[in-house]
Amino acid sequence: MKVWNRYHTPSTIDEALQLLADYNGAARVVAGGTDLLIELREGARPPQEALVDITFIPELISVHQSNDHVLIGAAVTHDQITKSPLLNNHARCLVESCGVVGGPQVRNVGTIGGNVAHALPAGDGTISLVALDSEAEIILSGERQWVPIADMFVGPGKSLIDPTRDLLLGFRFKVQAGKSASAFERIMRPQGVALPIMGCAVSITLDDSSTIFEQVRICVAPTGPVPSRLSEIEDVLLGQEASEERIEAAISSAYDTVRPRTSKYRATADYRREVIPVLLRRTLHTAISRARQGHRD
Amino acid sequence: MTELILTVNHQHFSLDVPESRTLAEVLRLDLGLTGTKIGCEEAECGICTVLVDGIPVDSCLFPAFKGYGKHILTIEGLAQNGHLHPVQDNFIKHGAVQCGFCSPGLIMTSVALIDACPNPTDGDIKTALKDTYCRCTGYSSVIQAIKSAASEMRGKAALPVNEPVVEDTERIVGKSVPPYEVRDKVTGKARYTDDYVFPNMLFARTLRSRYPHARIVNIDTSAAEKLGGVHAVLTYKDVPGENLHGLVRRDWPVLCEDVVRYVGDAVAIVAADTPEIAAKAIALIDVEYDPLPVVSDPEYAHDPNAPHVHPGGNLLKHIKVRHGDIEKGFAEADVIVEREYRTPIVEHAFLEPECAIGVPEGVEGHDKLTVYVGSQIPYQDREQIAQAMGIVPDQIRVRGTLIGGGFGGKEDIAGQIHVAMLARVTGRPVKMLYTRQESLIFHPKRHATIIRIKTGAKRSGELVAVQAELYGDAGAYASLSDKVMTRATTHATGPYVVPNAKIDCYAMYTNNPPAGAFRGFGVTQSAFAVEQNMDILAEQIGIDPMEFRRRNAQRVGSITATGQELRESVGLVQTLDHVYDDMRQNGTLQWSWRDGHKAYGWGVGSAYKNTGLGGGAPDKAIAEVEAFEDGSVEVRTSSADMGQGLAHVLAQCVAEEFTLPYERVRVLLSDTDLTPDGGPTTASRQTFVSGNAARLAASTLREAFTRTAAEHLDYPPSELRYEEGLLHYNGDHVEFGDIVRWMKASGIMPKARHEYWAPQTRPLGEGGDMHFAFSYATQAALVEVDIETGEVHVLKVVSSTDVGRAINPLSLQGQIEGGIVMALGNTISEAFIVEDGIPWTSTLSRYKMPSIKHTPEIITRLVEDRVSSGPYGAKGVGEIPSICTAPAISNAVYNATGVRIYSIPIDQDALLRAIKNGHEEVHTTWSDVR
Ligand SMILES: Cc1cc2nc3c(=O)[nH]c(=O)nc-3n(C[C@H](O)[C@H](O)[C@H](O)COP(=O)(O)OP(=O)(O)OC[C@H]3O[C@@H](n4cnc5c(N)ncnc54)[C@H](O)[C@@H]3O)c2cc1C
Ligand code: FES
Ligand code: FES
Repeated sequence: MKVWNRYHTPSTIDEALQLLADYNGAARVVAGGTDLLIELREGARPPQEALVDITFIPELISVHQSNDHVLIGAAVTHDQITKSPLLNNHARCLVESCGVVGGPQVRNVGTIGGNVAHALPAGDGTISLVALDSEAEIILSGERQWVPIADMFVGPGKSLIDPTRDLLLGFRFKVQAGKSASAFERIMRPQGVALPIMGCAVSITLDDSSTIFEQVRICVAPTGPVPSRLSEIEDVLLGQEASEERIEAAISSAYDTVRPRTSKYRATADYRREVIPVLLRRTLHTAISRARQGHRD
Repeated sequence: MTELILTVNHQHFSLDVPESRTLAEVLRLDLGLTGTKIGCEEAECGICTVLVDGIPVDSCLFPAFKGYGKHILTIEGLAQNGHLHPVQDNFIKHGAVQCGFCSPGLIMTSVALIDACPNPTDGDIKTALKDTYCRCTGYSSVIQAIKSAASEMRGKAALPVNEPVVEDTERIVGKSVPPYEVRDKVTGKARYTDDYVFPNMLFARTLRSRYPHARIVNIDTSAAEKLGGVHAVLTYKDVPGENLHGLVRRDWPVLCEDVVRYVGDAVAIVAADTPEIAAKAIALIDVEYDPLPVVSDPEYAHDPNAPHVHPGGNLLKHIKVRHGDIEKGFAEADVIVEREYRTPIVEHAFLEPECAIGVPEGVEGHDKLTVYVGSQIPYQDREQIAQAMGIVPDQIRVRGTLIGGGFGGKEDIAGQIHVAMLARVTGRPVKMLYTRQESLIFHPKRHATIIRIKTGAKRSGELVAVQAELYGDAGAYASLSDKVMTRATTHATGPYVVPNAKIDCYAMYTNNPPAGAFRGFGVTQSAFAVEQNMDILAEQIGIDPMEFRRRNAQRVGSITATGQELRESVGLVQTLDHVYDDMRQNGTLQWSWRDGHKAYGWGVGSAYKNTGLGGGAPDKAIAEVEAFEDGSVEVRTSSADMGQGLAHVLAQCVAEEFTLPYERVRVLLSDTDLTPDGGPTTASRQTFVSGNAARLAASTLREAFTRTAAEHLDYPPSELRYEEGLLHYNGDHVEFGDIVRWMKASGIMPKARHEYWAPQTRPLGEGGDMHFAFSYATQAALVEVDIETGEVHVLKVVSSTDVGRAINPLSLQGQIEGGIVMALGNTISEAFIVEDGIPWTSTLSRYKMPSIKHTPEIITRLVEDRVSSGPYGAKGVGEIPSICTAPAISNAVYNATGVRIYSIPIDQDALLRAIKNGHEEVHTTWSDVR
């Protein structure tokens, strides 16, 4: 079935923006197409006059470090992320989460930018970017700017940008000093749509003695319409000893602030409430031991 | 249009194609490279995988222009100068190819894996192939094939083929010869229906009901007819003959006239120049409906106040088994267990969606109206087409093509009648390919079943009574419901001696998708209940569950609940012994243990399954064998090979009878003009009936050979000896081809035909032999349950199967492994969800069949308790492996966690909540999470 007419492969950002402007709403950005083309085929979106494929723009497909930031182009594929030594070193949670998206065929074309622009409440790559306290670079209404990752999500399936006019260019996050590490885990069910029942990404920094949480960032999703941090638990842990007891105490003291919903054919609220502490324990435990072992990942 | 520059299989192309093309379309439609298959167009199944600059991608979702300037490698480009790539070669050697529809995708994904990772572990393979599905093999052979190919590519030896041990072999029977046409399947040459293209061909689509139950007020096709490129728009008015079809009962409209009974019912059909125009045209057809109340579950359907799905009411059939004296039986029981179990609607998910092509008489060398289709029952297709077309069957030819998996789901009419009608009206070839999404909503599925079962036993461990009530959801049309639910009923005592039984089954019409044949044919459902009740009883009595089964097992001389005395070939006890041996480690068997937050448990299940139609139905097959001057022999029958390997079974039987090399036997299947009727490919019957027909036809021809040769050589027939395609006499020999020439010269056709009639059976209720043979199996599953998350993993399945005789051990093992993994899907992941008649499962992304990640370690043991009337002692094997897996897994989950699962697929959500809340039973499942 024909769901688009023209297919463009611009090689610069300006060219891409120009194409979008020329089509005046009748063209849409596509990266790997693993979300978009399926939506078009299922009729969830009307057929597009044109698709503007941004994966041929060199700037958007690179991963590199610049001073104290790591930069990831929006069109970097999940596969590229899992194989990047830089990200394996500084963003293990992202590597782990992109490593479980779909199967290899999907990871070979699907991109981190597409994952964020698709704005699901629990996109796997997305929640790791949130835990890494990333920023996104976008061109919004013609203006190029950096925004905190949290600002990218407006509602379920709705992001800040309009892919018929705007562009998501990439992400950056600060390289953490000292004893830092991150981890990701998710719970799936073998039935139905391949969306996680619950995913959890954590990114921590311990003090020099490897005992105290200097920094804790946690994203557990879906716990709301958009991916967000579990600041209540983060706050309780901050400055505390990185011990099992403290983690348990934090979970139980802040647990009532987490209110997952029942979603049809995925999970009951009760089930989600049962597994959130499990995921928190497992990921924090992994991150702590990674941080202590000194290798950042 | 823009020029598309690509390199495909090392050849440079510059193509003028629409920018809207996907890579798969360019390959299949513009370049004619039909080796790349399409299974879903959702990036779910992975069988469309090709390599783009060495990287595997789903070509169905890859815009062609994304590949601009890149190098594409497809299955056709793998073999070099006629030499298979090691991956192709090892897929053949290790039995990793059945229907072959997935093979191109699996092979391409594997090639990329080995390139990136020359020595892959099981884990690497499971990661790389996670989203490349195979519905037939169960993946164990695939894993072994990949490791073996990788080893060869590293310059090391190939890995040994894991074959089950067989008792003894004949010259060819009992040996794992490679399946027929397998080379074509691994090189992309094999043609399935959608791979056929005729000049001037039109493309058809079907308009289906949007309502589960509604009156049709008006159908307006005028706008569709006016659309440019549309050649025909047909409705019920255009059905030339009877507007009904159906395998057992003709209740299913070819095109609905006044009422639609399920979402998916066909209302109109269109033929147009392109599939896009056809799709546009069906959208332009305006149907006015008046919605009717919906019957959405079988128990409600039985309520006298429920609306009627068919004028005669909702009860399709009440099936009864009465044996002994049920009251007396329960009065003798010391322990009685009564429980209710539920099994869901299950989808076949064969990887090849339905496709049919109609070619009118006089077009492209077709001397009659011809329908190409991958069908399980060509002769019945022909009859049903004829009935609807109002012509005699002889005016129609059904040509079976390769089938990309069937499992029972390709027995009913899909597009066969529609393409015949459209071809007649337009005078042009017409192809009707269903999309995956259409296939999902349209075709008959496994019956969702509610089973209330009460089992009584004495303290001594002797079963005394079984009483059961089953409600089977037959959906909107009868299909094979009558037969399927009969099997569920007659097998509801399990493979045990139960002196007193009373079983009632109600097959009910509803407005859900029709239910029909599905590997296991109703017995999967009752076994889920029977085998869990067995474990509950064993626990209450305090006896080992294996011992309990053993004590009550059917043996030679036992009487079944339908009053049949089993006179031979009852290998159940041996299967129990095998499994018991294989479960024990270092001599001891531990049923359950804990390790951190993981709970482990073993569970067992046993089963039996009839071979053949039984119940008094005439069960016959005709086969024809012809010899040629080049020394080859052809065997012909219309039976279908949907990947289960019938073709090589027939070839092996013929080669055996003729003492010919296997390679010299050709097999022609499924052509109503060229092959005699083999009957339906169902009920695990083909090896038995068509195998016998082929064997006996071959032996008749061989006798004729001997007579001619004896006369010609003037040598006593008793001293003529056949060996490897030669006839030896008196120290000398002649070629086969010579005898063929002699026969022809003396006016004898070198051809024989045998009509094989299976032993007579008797209808249910009359006692005596309801079936002529039963296969038996026992399986044990080892599960791991994460008690913090409820996640269930099946780590290992130990199986033993009594197949009578293994004609081809490797392919038999493939049937067993594939059957087990399919049943594992039924237990862990699969359910087709319908909400008030509206399918929620409308895409493949909503229906998860097991991927390679779910494949457990599988041990296959065989019992060869021969049945005297079977070919070389063989009985059916297609279904038996799929029957006891679900209860084995459920029993294992109970042993691991103390929570019993009454409804499948197992819902980790409900299981975890039960574990946390100290509940011992889970009665809900995934579809209850809302
Ligand atoms: C079989 C399968 C399994 C999957 N499993 C998972 C999973 O486990 N976890 C998960 O999180 N996701 C999963 N997905 C979803 C999907 O693969 C990911 O979300 C992926 O990251 C999307 O990226 P893409 O490049 O393919 O996006 P596309 O489909 O190309 O785009 C998605 C959306 O973002 C817009 N867009 C993309 N890039 C830009 C840009 N640079 N600027 C502006 N707009 C842009 C598009 O217009 C579109 O609206 C799965 C998908 C499939 C098919
Ligand atoms: S993934 Fe392409 S056809 Fe299924
Ligand atoms: S052989 Fe894999 S789907 Fe049939």
